[in-house]
Amino acid sequence: MDFFFGLLQIIGVHTILGLSAYVVLQTGQVTLAQAGFFSIGAYVSAMLTVLAGWHIVPALLVAATAAGIVAGIVGFPALRIKGLMLVVATIAFGEFIRLFWFNFDYQIEKKGIVVGPQGGEGFKQIRFFPENGWSTLDVAIFIWVIVALIMLALWWTDRSRAGAVLRAVGEDELAAQSVGINLTAVKVGAFAAGGFIAGIGGAIYAHYTTHIEHLNFGVMLATFAIAYPILGGLRNVFGTLVAVIFIQGFLVEGLRFMGDWRNLLFGALIVLAMNVQPRGLIDERSVRLVRGLFTRN
Amino acid sequence: MLEIDGIAASYGNIQALRGVTLSVEEGGITCLLGPNGAGKTTLMMTIAGILKPRRGTISFLDRNITGMRPSGVVRRGIALVPENRLVFPHMNVHENLIAGAYLRLGKSKAQVRQDVDHVFARFPRLQERTKQLAGTLSGGEQQMLAVARALMARPRLLMMDEPSLGLAPLVVEEIFRIIRDLHADGTTIFLVEQNAHMALQVAHHFYLLEQGQVSFSGKPGQLSEHEVIQRAYLGKQQGRDQSATDRDQPDGTMLRSG
Repeated sequence: MDFFFGLLQIIGVHTILGLSAYVVLQTGQVTLAQAGFFSIGAYVSAMLTVLAGWHIVPALLVAATAAGIVAGIVGFPALRIKGLMLVVATIAFGEFIRLFWFNFDYQIEKKGIVVGPQGGEGFKQIRFFPENGWSTLDVAIFIWVIVALIMLALWWTDRSRAGAVLRAVGEDELAAQSVGINLTAVKVGAFAAGGFIAGIGGAIYAHYTTHIEHLNFGVMLATFAIAYPILGGLRNVFGTLVAVIFIQGFLVEGLRFMGDWRNLLFGALIVLAMNVQPRGLIDERSVRLVRGLFTRN
Repeated sequence: MLEIDGIAASYGNIQALRGVTLSVEEGGITCLLGPNGAGKTTLMMTIAGILKPRRGTISFLDRNITGMRPSGVVRRGIALVPENRLVFPHMNVHENLIAGAYLRLGKSKAQVRQDVDHVFARFPRLQERTKQLAGTLSGGEQQMLAVARALMARPRLLMMDEPSLGLAPLVVEEIFRIIRDLHADGTTIFLVEQNAHMALQVAHHFYLLEQGQVSFSGKPGQLSEHEVIQRAYLGKQQGRDQSATDRDQPDGTMLRSG
């Protein structure tokens, strides 16, 4: 059973990561810096629980806020660049944060053992969950409550007037400006919100793996972050969730019996899925299909 | 209402506007005509704050708005219906209108809903297509949506950049009927057009813009339609035409020579 709870945890954290990119993508900005913000959430929250002895919830909120602030700062230079240039710039920024952790040492002695981030060796002994007797199920429930809250918040935003503004910026910046939309506020705000959500994901990740190092937060993770919403479709938040289940549940875990051939099929299936559903897994057609199942006429 | 004084603007090394001076009277329809590349759209974008001028000042209701951000310009009461309509294609008609009410985001929802109803009353065709994606509307409907979206900002001055572009003659007639209606309801309109024939029918005052400079300012009738069309489409020919114009139209206000 622990295997399934573990899988639930992975899917939960990756959904949060995907949603963090979803917010930014809605404003038409492609970001590969989400792994960087994710790592800020991971390191900051772990330092707060391990070194300062905080509870996970406040640590998570402070770490997410820190990631959100850094993301907002990145949002400003990102205003001046678009498209491929923005992709390159955000990769560079993500790597910058990763290499910061590679160089970052801050260790203190606690109860006879030395703890804290130790550069390239990483940050070990993030033991808030086991020390407080949380079972894998408890952790999975904790994660999914947070996933549900984030999804609810974003789903509500999508349907509100703010959602229309976000998408308007993504659709056409010139038109958005001509109706008085403040591009700076919207784009920087989206970056900050995306960073905050990524920070929450990172904080949870650090605590269920108990050991983080800079290599966890590379370009591959950043690619996954944008792959989920793109594959799932930007129509609504459920697309991202479906894409995470498809990739982490089916492609990564479900195809394990295929051994090393799995990786090959993995890429091929993503390409296939994108060709069959070019507007994302959850598009107008699949929404109609699901609605049809629940309404009788 | 809107005073533009000596505006110069350029794209890199290409100077698009070379000191444009004109004004828009409150309560009227002012038209700006001119050939392709004269700088009409550049002027619109500069007024809207999307482009920054190199020199000159723009003031609206006696307040200087030169170099202000686009969102600030809209807040002051100027809305632009951009060239080529630029609706948000993957959003439905209703969402397009909601995005146009950005300035009232976080304020009364009921008021915005009331504005949507108001706009729908003016454009019943849009109401029939509330849930339709804007990109799937016809050209004329998209133009209506672009106007409706701009109206959501409750502008005092509505600037329209070539609303007749690429539309069938009957649809153009309808767009101009809308322009007259909007004016009748008290909106000041600043219109950029290539369709001189239609524009001269609605304009109270018009300007000719050629090569980044205002070359004529006057009322319809002060310059023969033939002359306006020739200059609006082709630009002025150097030398010969210039002197002919001066002689033929003594009452037209000639501001500059070729």
